[in-house]
Formats: sequence, C-alpha cells, structure tokens
Amino acid sequence: MKELMIGNAALARGLYEAGCSVISSYPGTPSTEITEEFAKFGDVYCEWAPNEKVAAETAFGASLRGKRSACCMKHVGLNVAADPLFTMSYTGVNGGMVICVADDPGMHSSQNEQDSRHYAIAAKVPMLEPADSQEALDFAKLAYELSETYDTPVFIKMCTRVAHSQSIVEKGERVEVIKEYVKNPKKYIMAPANAIARHPFVEERTAKLTELAETSSVNRIEKGDGSRDFGIITSSTSYQYVKEVFGDSVSVLKLGMVNPLPVKLIKDFAAEVGKVFVIEELDPIIETHCKNIGVDVTGKEKFSILGEFSQKTIADAFGLEAKETASLDTAIPVRPPMMCAGCPHRGMYYVLAKNKITVLGDIGCYTLGSMPPLNALDMTLCMGASVSGLHGYNKAGGSETENKTVCVIGDSTFMHSGVTGLINIAYNGSNSTVIILDNSITGMTGHQQNPTTGYNIKGDPAGKVDLESLCRSVGINSVRVVDPYDLEQCENVVKEELAKNEPSVIISRRPCVLLKYVKPKKPLHVNTEKCRGCKRCMKFGCPAISFRDGHAVVDNTLCIGCGVCAGLCPFDAFESEGE
Amino acid sequence: MQTKNIMIVGVGGQGSLLASKLLGRLLVDEGYDVKVSEVHGMSQRGGSVVTYVRFGDRVYSPIIDEGEADFIVSFEKLEAARYIKELKKGGTVIVNTQQIDPMPVIIGNAEYPAGVLDEMKALGVNVDDIDALSLASQAGSAKACNIVLMGRLARYFDIPREKWEVAIEKCVKPAFVEINKKAFGLGYNN
Repeated sequence: MKELMIGNAALARGLYEAGCSVISSYPGTPSTEITEEFAKFGDVYCEWAPNEKVAAETAFGASLRGKRSACCMKHVGLNVAADPLFTMSYTGVNGGMVICVADDPGMHSSQNEQDSRHYAIAAKVPMLEPADSQEALDFAKLAYELSETYDTPVFIKMCTRVAHSQSIVEKGERVEVIKEYVKNPKKYIMAPANAIARHPFVEERTAKLTELAETSSVNRIEKGDGSRDFGIITSSTSYQYVKEVFGDSVSVLKLGMVNPLPVKLIKDFAAEVGKVFVIEELDPIIETHCKNIGVDVTGKEKFSILGEFSQKTIADAFGLEAKETASLDTAIPVRPPMMCAGCPHRGMYYVLAKNKITVLGDIGCYTLGSMPPLNALDMTLCMGASVSGLHGYNKAGGSETENKTVCVIGDSTFMHSGVTGLINIAYNGSNSTVIILDNSITGMTGHQQNPTTGYNIKGDPAGKVDLESLCRSVGINSVRVVDPYDLEQCENVVKEELAKNEPSVIISRRPCVLLKYVKPKKPLHVNTEKCRGCKRCMKFGCPAISFRDGHAVVDNTLCIGCGVCAGLCPFDAFESEGE
Repeated sequence: MQTKNIMIVGVGGQGSLLASKLLGRLLVDEGYDVKVSEVHGMSQRGGSVVTYVRFGDRVYSPIIDEGEADFIVSFEKLEAARYIKELKKGGTVIVNTQQIDPMPVIIGNAEYPAGVLDEMKALGVNVDDIDALSLASQAGSAKACNIVLMGRLARYFDIPREKWEVAIEKCVKPAFVEINKKAFGLGYNN
C-alpha cells in the first residue's frame, strides 16, 4: 500500500523490514522520530539511552551477539558517539549495524551545522544518503547488506528536509536475520596487537567499497535531453532541487553512497558532460574528492557552504529568471520561539535575571531563556557544558564569581553528560551552584522519557534515577529542591546556596505543562480597575500576557492558570475565575 | 499536471500538523504524487511555523520557494503577511483573522501591523479572510480552526466535499470526527 511518510518514519520502517531487532538512541532534532516510530513495532527492542555514546555501544553489543541493530542521533550526537565509532570501524560487526545520523543545515534546531560526512571519511565507515522517504526505506535494507558483507557499521545520513518531509512510500515485509555468536578475540578485543592487525583490513575494505561505489545502483546517472552543456553531481535533498529546476534537461550523477566516493564513475561522467557542477549542502566533500582525482568541477564558489539550499538557490546561481512576488512595505515583527505559557523554567529564570546572576546554560527548551525579555543566559555550548563550564569559570574567577554565577541544565541533559561535570565540581572542589531544571521529561525534542522520569520509551514503568541521592552520592552535601512557581522560595534558596562556601545543587522541579497528566487550571484575567499599567508582568515574558490600551491582558486560549503573574503584580490585578 | 503548491502557516501549537495530514491523505487518495514538509523542534515553541504541501504528477522539491505558492492558508493575520513573498502571482491567501501578538509586540519592542490584510488587498492579492476561531467555537471546539480553514480551501478545489470528509474520518480520532466535519462545513459554507 502506498503511504505518505516522513523520511524518519520510512527509515524506521526500512530498519524494521531489514530485520533490525535492537535500537538504542538519544533524541535530537531532526533524528528523533526514527526511534519513536521504530518503538511502535511490537516484536523488537527499542530504548532511549542516556546519551549517544551509550546508545552506539548498546547497538554494538547487540550486533556482537548476532542481531541486526541500530542507533540514531543528530549530527552533534555523533560527536558524543565518536569514541566507539572509530574503533567499531576496526572490529566490524557480527549482526549488521546501522548508525542513523541527521544533519541540520540551516540550524533549525541546532547549535552548529557540522557535516557528518567528515566522520564517515575519518572513521572509514561507508555512508548512504537518501534523498526522499522511499530511498530512506530502501537504503536501510542496503545498509544491512553492506554491513554484513563488508564487516562494517554503516551510516545512513539524513538531513532536516529528508527527515521531516513526507513522500510516498511502498512498504514491504520484515525479514529476520540472526547470526551466531562465536568468540573471536582477534576481531573484537582491540588491544594494540589485534588493532594493528585489523587496520589493514579497514583499508582493504575501503578499497573494496570504492569498487562497489563504481557500479552500485544507488549511484546513478540520469542522462539529460542534451539541451544543457553541463552536468551536475549531487546527492540528498539537493538532488530534488536540481530536478525541480532542470527537470530532465540536464545530466545528473546522483550519489546515494557518499563514502567512499567512486572514481571512475565520476571521471566518465565528467568526460561525457564536459563542464561539471557539484551541488551539495554544507562542506565541499564531493567537490574536494573530484578535485583530488583530477576532475575539474565548480562547487562552493557558486553554491554556499552555509545553510540550506532550495530550488531558488540553484536557479539564482545559474542566473535563471526570478519568479514574480508581492512584497509589503510594512515591517513584520519577528515571531521567535519561546517558552510556553506556564512553563516552569520561566519562574527560575525570572529570579536569576532579577538578581543579575551570571547563568551558564545548556541544551534544551530552557535555552529559550536567553530571549528577551528575560535575557537570562550568558553561555550555551553543547550538552553538559553548563556544569563543567561553571567549574572552570569559578576556578578562574574564584571569589569574584562564585557567589553570583550558576549553571542551569535540564533533567535529560544532566543525565546525558551533566553528571560527569558535577562529579568534577565535587572532586576538584569548586564553590559552584548547579541548578537542575527538572521538568520530568525531555522537552525540546517532543517529550521523550529519560532515566529520571521512571518510564521507558513505550511508556511502561522503568528504573528511575533519584536526582537528590545521585547528587549527594557524588559528594554534594547541599542539595535543595524548589518549586519554580514559588518565586519567593526560589529567590531565597538561590541566594542561600550562592552564599555558602561549598558546592551545591538546586533542583527546580515541576513537570512540563505540555505533559498530558498536567491539568491546566482556569485562565486568569486582569481586573482593569486594579491594573495600573506598571508593566512589571511584561518583564516575565509570558506569551499569554500582552499589553493593550494601558492595561495587561491575558489571552485565555494560552493561559493555563499557573498564577505566577498574580504573585508578581504589586496591585493584585490578576484574578482567577469567580473573583 | 503542473505541480500545485499550498503553504500552511501559523503559530506553533495552532494545529497545522493535522491540516497537512488531512491534505496529504486526501491528495494521495486522489492519486497524486505528494510531498509535505515541515520543520519540527525549536519552531514549535510558539514560533512562526510553516508547512509545505505540494502535489502533481511528479513532485521533486519538498519545499515551496518565493513566488511559487498557489495558496497560503494562514492561521493568523501577521503570519499571512510574513510569507507573502512566497505567493505566486494570482495566488490566493486564505487567512484566519485572529491576532496573536509575537513576543517583540508583547514586550513593546514592536507594533502589531493591524492593517496588513488591507495592504495585501491593495496590492491586488486575493485575500479570503475568515473568522475561523468563531466558526470553530461554533462547531464545538476552538481547536478546530485548522479544519475550518481546510473547509474554506476546499471551495477552490474540484475534489468533491465527500472525499474531504472521508479524509477527515481517516485523520482524526473517532470522538472528534463530528466536530471536525461541522467545522469543515462552516468553513466551506461561510
């Protein structure tokens, strides 16, 4: 049956049909739905791991045992999983193993736009790159074949536009593949003597895969009708933009396997079409390869190294006529994303901003605390960096910074890589105050369970990390819990912990308001006779409160009745229903 | 058939996902090649959101670029104006007249441009404005704004109304089918 599916769901379907039995992942936009969709299949094992390194190693263990396995992550997650990756390239696999990695050109939801293809080259691991949902499904099957035939983990590289675009997919049946486990120390114990012996295998494998790339059906030439005197080498979503602009008028070498890249195929294509353009998002990987093998191509000098492409990017670069558009003279105010009405993070940020505290931030919904009017953050780098960064900041700043600097990190991010930073704070003794914003869910990526929530990916009860005990056990003696809706309590505790001459943890705990079990209260309204238009509530940055005709106004479609604004108002103008 | 392009724009949380799901379902059932594209993640947190729906004999790009949209279906006034550059010459904007202030307006750093719809009309853009929020409430749920707007969009298509209703049945939970059909009808008829 034909079905419309996002690339991530189609990829999950492909992994399933190919007999994948174990997936371990950490969520990250735009990769999250691969694992979420896979978890819906009944007869397979699927989990959220605390981070991508754990996920990759879990998938490796499952492969070792003989099952086909996978792990999924966003591009920056691959940095975390890079340690096992490079050596898994040496050990190879038993059951096939696939690493799904999703890049985010244009940084819709990311802190950088690194190009994952560099990892495939550096780790000498083959990489397939689908251009739509059907290819995502088909390439998953091919990936397992390659993995077991060539004894290697295999990458499937997605990007935002392939991961989150729906296109038509034809589904197939699942085929189970299980290998026997046989003890093989020379292959699986990567001590120097064995690793030295494995390295030549890795190089020979790359040579064989390069031969495959010359003839594989996923690297195909689509001959043009002869009306253009040039050809284009492209892959992924860029292929779709090329076809959108040129249709069948231009010859295209469409690469489905982007590591290793073919040599003869590219040379033959170039010889036939003459002038060659390479159109690829982000870094000039294909372009550099072409130049290295002596094929003269035009790439990044014409097509940007920055951001996403579109059909217009390509039409403009070739000087094609722009389409007629309308434009308005009026300036349209931006509408940036923001923390939701009733978001528990907002109360803590309000207290931190009010007290002019330096705040080292982390990755999650709470990164939005950097936006006006709160402007509460000073730094955001990567998962876990708030905690370790705070330690370094305070070691450098000493008494000048210790009593006026904190870090904030979410519950899931703390589990991912914050706890190691906290161990360093306790072990190497910096007088640091760590605030864990515990909203009892992984929020930004769309509500995934994590080790602190007590539930697994299927929503069934699971092991639960007790954050207070964990912090105490690593050597933090002062661990306090506050309710971020109680601004007075938050302010007092933050001041007390900053004043102490020892490391401390404040757990700011209240579940995300978007969780189904959090029942909204009745919306508040403004008593315009009491409201004097002082605008103190506007400093809170709640999207449900705006200012019209000299008074605050509550949008009752957004307000969830948290009531924090009522505590802020010096004139008691916010009233609940019935007052 | 030349590819047709529909953009659905609005504010994160307004329910554009269901609208695009409905369109996708309907158009696949009609036998078209279809692509639907949206961005998840950061943009869902009350930010400006956009979904592209493209259909025809063979659709390549998943996105709609400047001057290409046959229809812009906007859940909010300001958002219709934000994406006007994407509208094809002679294209139509179907817009819910609801106003949702973005943060720069809330905190007083910008004015909400109240006259954008008139300005669009003055430029010769086909603007089909509709109070979808009131009609949705009339149907039984303020959340059904998205389906009111789909009802309005359906007037511009040759696809029979019954087929849209079948698609609604396939896309929403049984408990909400009646409300959504009513919302669809109110958008279609008013």
